[in-house]
Amino acid sequence: MQDSTVLQNGGQPNTGPRSPGPENTGQDAAMQTTGQDAAVRITEVSKTFGRGPSTVVALDRVSLSVAPGEFVCLIGASGCGKSTLLSLVAGLDRPTSGGISTNGNRVALMFQEPALFPWLTAARNIELALRATGVSRAERRDRAAELLELVHLGGFGGKRPHELSGGMRQRVALARALGQEADVLLMDEPFGALDAMTRDLLHEVLEGLWRRRGLSVLFVTHEVREAVRLGDRVVLLSSRPGRVIGDFRVDLERPRGMDSADTVDLAIKIKAQLREEVIRHGS
Amino acid sequence: MAVDTSAHGTPPTETPAAAIAGLDNLDMVQVTPRRRLPEKVWAAVWPKLLALAIVLGAWQLVYLSGWKSPAVFPGPATVLPDLWGQAHHGLLWSAIGTTMKRAVIGFGLALIIGSFVGALVSRIKPLRAAVGSLITGLQTMPSIAWFPFAIIFFGLNTSAILFVIVLGAAPSIANGLIAGVDYTPPLLLRAGKTMGLRRIALYRHLILPASLPTYVAGLKQGWAFAWRSLMAGELLVIIANTSSIGVLLSNDQDQTDMPGAMTIMIVILVLGIMVDGLFNIADGRIRRRWGLADSAQTG
Repeated sequence: MQDSTVLQNGGQPNTGPRSPGPENTGQDAAMQTTGQDAAVRITEVSKTFGRGPSTVVALDRVSLSVAPGEFVCLIGASGCGKSTLLSLVAGLDRPTSGGISTNGNRVALMFQEPALFPWLTAARNIELALRATGVSRAERRDRAAELLELVHLGGFGGKRPHELSGGMRQRVALARALGQEADVLLMDEPFGALDAMTRDLLHEVLEGLWRRRGLSVLFVTHEVREAVRLGDRVVLLSSRPGRVIGDFRVDLERPRGMDSADTVDLAIKIKAQLREEVIRHGS
Repeated sequence: MAVDTSAHGTPPTETPAAAIAGLDNLDMVQVTPRRRLPEKVWAAVWPKLLALAIVLGAWQLVYLSGWKSPAVFPGPATVLPDLWGQAHHGLLWSAIGTTMKRAVIGFGLALIIGSFVGALVSRIKPLRAAVGSLITGLQTMPSIAWFPFAIIFFGLNTSAILFVIVLGAAPSIANGLIAGVDYTPPLLLRAGKTMGLRRIALYRHLILPASLPTYVAGLKQGWAFAWRSLMAGELLVIIANTSSIGVLLSNDQDQTDMPGAMTIMIVILVLGIMVDGLFNIADGRIRRRWGLADSAQTG
């Protein structure tokens, strides 16, 4: 029952032709595009850990691009190398082979944990990011206050991270990421540890900021409905090794609800393919 | 694909601000009861008073048992008045002054040297392999074993004592810093690096503040070693015409003055506990600031 619907909905093995921008698997194809260049272009990226017989292939020739202003969600079962891929794009690690281009865009990375510095107040945490970005001392305070306002934390700048709730901390982390003046936001299951209501609200906050600021977002999650709720595209990665096995365009009008019928419909289809992928590892 | 999405989930037109403010207010309610100052002081003091009472009681019991003659083992009723008497004497206070001056200078030197070595070793990998285990080795070496070397090298003077204090305390301080740097949470390191913190900025804004709690623990341990080394030193290195705690203790031994010796021992104990208390206050402040002492209050 699932097979036909999945394929019909855009599940294309490897790189899908639906993704915006000329997405080819060759290196030269990535080079020649200049006009409508992608905000993030991942070309044939492989990443292996270890050597010899204990080698683990985390990513296997993954190609993926995020157009400027596009919201791309990356889903996959555990072991698909989602987090590894984000680390590579953020420049925290180097790919074993293949190329990653962020086209000169500034990149900010958010984690599942807020990763705030516990000895600094919320405002100071943001100011530190501003400082690292090169914002002058005089400007930092006002900018930090503005950013806190953006994530609805106006009155909480003086609080330390441990005095805030999980959702509030994650919003401080979001403000800090925005403070890096990034054009590209990489998010690694940023709302995975939050309760449903907080998460829903943060979806709205994130969506609003994404729109107004014209951000490009690469958002990793294991929650398929969340991916459908947020993404312009949902890219499905296989597990061990990570490989792009599906690329779904989400044509639903925004803002979408996590629980709306259309979101759920599409999520069911994607989930079915994800399940097949997991079953493949069971045999 | 259907267009209708507003029927389910969150209403699209309303901004999330109001709902968020509501959730935040619910989250921020703190249930930690605020106690008044007298209550706080009493809560901190009574366990110590109880401990003191137990010690004095046990001491008095042993004294009463008649196990040893009162000259060899005096009871609190003899020693405490002696302590009271000496406290009104300039000699004890000038001795305390000399000893604490040595403690401060010795610990200060250990602080500088230990921090410098710790910073270097945590930063430079080859040095780490070579010196790391050496530092731990030094830490296990009883400081009193250094005195023959120190006395021959420096002579019977303050330098010999300070040398041994530094050798006793610096390894703990260096190890504290190294451990702090090592255990900087990897997630914070990743966050710092994506923010663009590099090299010195990374150290200044992330690694050093992150290692502060461990560093202070190292300082505390270093102080304990410094204090022991100092007492050993003052008993061994007697310098003419200077009175120190060690000299007073040594004199009491020579005169078989047990109440006097016990008085000085009490002074040594109290001084050690007081300085340790200062470190505990610093430690507690940092822990509270870092959110380490707080139980999670999210709900």
